[in-house]
Amino acid sequence: MNELINDSAYAGVAISLLIYFATTTLKKRINFALFNPLLITIAVTIAILVAADVDYEVYNKGAKYLSWLLTPATVCLAIPLYEKWQVLKDNLAAILLSVFAGVFTSLTCVFAISKIMDLSHREYVTLLPKSITTAIGIGVSEELDGYVTITVAVIVITGVLGNMFGEVICKIFRIVEPVARGLAFGTAAHVMGTSKAIELGETEGAMSSLAVAVAGLMTVVIVPFFGNLM
Amino acid sequence: MKYLKQFMIILAISFAGEILKLCLPLPIPASIYGMLLMLVALLTGILKLRHVKETGRFLIEIMPVMFIPAGVGLIDSWGQLCGIIVPVSIVTVAVLIIVMVVTGRVAQRVIIFTQKFSGHTDKTN
Repeated sequence: MNELINDSAYAGVAISLLIYFATTTLKKRINFALFNPLLITIAVTIAILVAADVDYEVYNKGAKYLSWLLTPATVCLAIPLYEKWQVLKDNLAAILLSVFAGVFTSLTCVFAISKIMDLSHREYVTLLPKSITTAIGIGVSEELDGYVTITVAVIVITGVLGNMFGEVICKIFRIVEPVARGLAFGTAAHVMGTSKAIELGETEGAMSSLAVAVAGLMTVVIVPFFGNLM
Repeated sequence: MKYLKQFMIILAISFAGEILKLCLPLPIPASIYGMLLMLVALLTGILKLRHVKETGRFLIEIMPVMFIPAGVGLIDSWGQLCGIIVPVSIVTVAVLIIVMVVTGRVAQRVIIFTQKFSGHTDKTN
């Protein structure tokens, strides 16, 4: 039995999907930010892999096809964007200004905290692309000579936290306007935040997708400047 | 067959995104190029919504599931992450909150301002 699980390309993914399905069903009854299906699925899957002594490589034999779908899915984010094109045009100034403010704040804060905590240059540049989508973040981290695996880890953690607490943060700081909420999710927590924004509403989802792309592009342009600061 | 055809179109655009990535020397992933290409195709009418709608909706709906492998992959980077876990956690949480608030508040302020400017104050206040 153990050998079967150790070699199976399907066992791990099947278990993950089962947990995800079960938790999303439960989520409808438990309305509590910490009860986040994505986070629970990741945590429980890790626990099972560790307990059963299965390598990530084996798990990823099947799971990589889920990741494979991410590119076509991201391409499809253009669909809600197209459907909300009028909203985009009406709010162009708000979109560009707020995403730029968010990107600039993200880079400045990482710089300030790294300086205060006395991190090395490599650790600092590793953290710089933390708010943007993984695929762009990897490129930025490589370019600046950071630790790419840590960059990926930090981006994923940011995404999970954004997915979990985004709604609460918006509530506390009274961000209620749908366009503003969407932009906040996409700029701060990339595509993982967007998957939450889509649940909140069509406008939120579309604006969040847009913010992911715009924030990524803006970061690519201004990050070399920040890379030289420390 | 409808779904297969839609999926084919989506993959073709993803592929076009990969080609752009190959041609342009920026650290921008194929998926973002693909998203922009799809948007342009829809806006210009080269592509109609019905050519991609259902499959696109499905892919977007199951998107959270696609992040599971990357999250579980934290197992492998845990060793490296361990040493700098304190600063990394502080940066991650603090920056997430600050960026969300700054982006959201700036957007909200500009929206309210522009609505006032064009005389539509009634909606937001």
